[in-house]
Amino acid sequence: MLIRKPADIRSSEITPREVFLNRRKLLQTGLAAGGLALSGSAMATVLPEGRRAKLANVAPSPYSTDEAINSYTDITTYNNYYEFGTGKADPFENAQEFEPRPWTVKVAGHCEKTGVLDLDDFIKPFALEERIYRLRCVEAWSMVIPWIGVPLADIVKRHKPLANAKYVVFETLLDAGRMPGQRSRTLHWPYVEGLTIAEAVNPLSLLAVGVYGEVLPNQNGAPIRLVVPWKYGFKSIKGIVSMTFSENRPRTTWERAAPHEYGFYANVNPAVDHPRWSQARERRIGSTGGSSLQSIFGAAKQETLMFNGYGEQVARLYEGLDLRQNF
Amino acid sequence: MDVIRQIRFVWKPALFLLCLVPALLVVTDTFGIGGTLGANPVEEIQDRFGNWALRFILITLAVTPLRQLSGRNWLLRFRRMLGLFAFFYVFMHFLTWLLLDQGLLMSAIAEDIFERPFITIGFAAFVILLLMAATSTAGMRRRLGQRWQQLHYGIYIAALLGVWHYWWQVKKDFSDPLVYAVVLALLLGYRVWQYRTRARAKSVRGERDNPAGLQQPH
Repeated sequence: MLIRKPADIRSSEITPREVFLNRRKLLQTGLAAGGLALSGSAMATVLPEGRRAKLANVAPSPYSTDEAINSYTDITTYNNYYEFGTGKADPFENAQEFEPRPWTVKVAGHCEKTGVLDLDDFIKPFALEERIYRLRCVEAWSMVIPWIGVPLADIVKRHKPLANAKYVVFETLLDAGRMPGQRSRTLHWPYVEGLTIAEAVNPLSLLAVGVYGEVLPNQNGAPIRLVVPWKYGFKSIKGIVSMTFSENRPRTTWERAAPHEYGFYANVNPAVDHPRWSQARERRIGSTGGSSLQSIFGAAKQETLMFNGYGEQVARLYEGLDLRQNF
Repeated sequence: MDVIRQIRFVWKPALFLLCLVPALLVVTDTFGIGGTLGANPVEEIQDRFGNWALRFILITLAVTPLRQLSGRNWLLRFRRMLGLFAFFYVFMHFLTWLLLDQGLLMSAIAEDIFERPFITIGFAAFVILLLMAATSTAGMRRRLGQRWQQLHYGIYIAALLGVWHYWWQVKKDFSDPLVYAVVLALLLGYRVWQYRTRARAKSVRGERDNPAGLQQPH
């Protein structure tokens, strides 16, 4: 299987890593110096349209890791997004023509405020935060990605879920005309994922609208996607068109595809192997910008951490739950 | 130059170099010359070597049908080299896994080989091809006699295990291993049909009883 070389990204279009990291420092010092109080209601976020549009007023977050971030090229050319093909380079190649705007999100189910919202209205008035998270794929590779988005907890609370809302269920766009991968029956479309209410309002859960200082590229799930960093990557559903508060646990897409291999919880857990391969270790991938030899010979697998290293924020959600049964 | 010398000094070396190209491309792509290995270079290298191993196994298995259908007996002279390249690529695939993927961590390696079925059968295919490669010389053929042919029928088992190994590690999209499975089915099906109809050409009988044209004691 030969990887076709991705179309050359003009180097002038890539924010150099040093500039990107510097912007963060400027933001942090600027915030400290200016004493900016980013209260939720004060900032009305409007998402700029257009490819690679820059996102402004992005606040740093204490939940970000300080590990080395993967390059923009890694993050945008190595994706699992079967709606655009099953190869790792397919989403980059096949999602070029996808138009993510205009976009609406439908909120439904057991909550007080249902309705169909334009994307801007869906994430207003919450301020954009940058969350540098580890992403651990069930295939045993991982990256470090600088997401930009709003806490899912804020959005969930705005819609005021009722007492019988036990789960939050998301769906991806269903449109084989715009998403060529949906013409094959590789998975059951549309892609469905979900979280328990407690997981949804956990401070780590993020609705991401950007990455690397810009709006999300199509292959990363534009214009809006979920990021739940303590779970395997397939839980972080892309291209979200609906959010439903449900009493019953949803039958998620990968669970449906192979129920003995992929479960609802899908918490990163080195002690519970995938039936066909080990989950005890993972490869932190990336052409590190250093020599390729380094990323090849220095890329021995590393130990996988329970909850992908986010146990401090999420372990209490699973007290008393057998995580081998509920994988 | 007669045909045999031509094959030996021109066509075989040329084919040798051609068969090396996929490995050379891995090297050039490592350094970003003319292509890249992408964000997950270890996986890409492992994938490429594995795919070419399967392809060379199938190419090797295609020699006999091509020979019989075309009547071009000289094709047989290339088969050993093609088979050895299949072993070479399997060996590189295995080495990549040992070194770059597993980091030579013997406990994890042993666990994988004994506890992950798709790796067990991959390893079994490797062992078969290793034994075949080690006994690929004319000298070994003489020494092993009838047992040599029995061992070298192992190519059928190795081919089946190889395709199964690939099929079993795919997450969801079976289209790639399916192609190999179909080609293998055709190549094996041809032999079954051949055997059944017993329409063996004289050269085939001659090959089966006396494959390398060696003098055999009666």
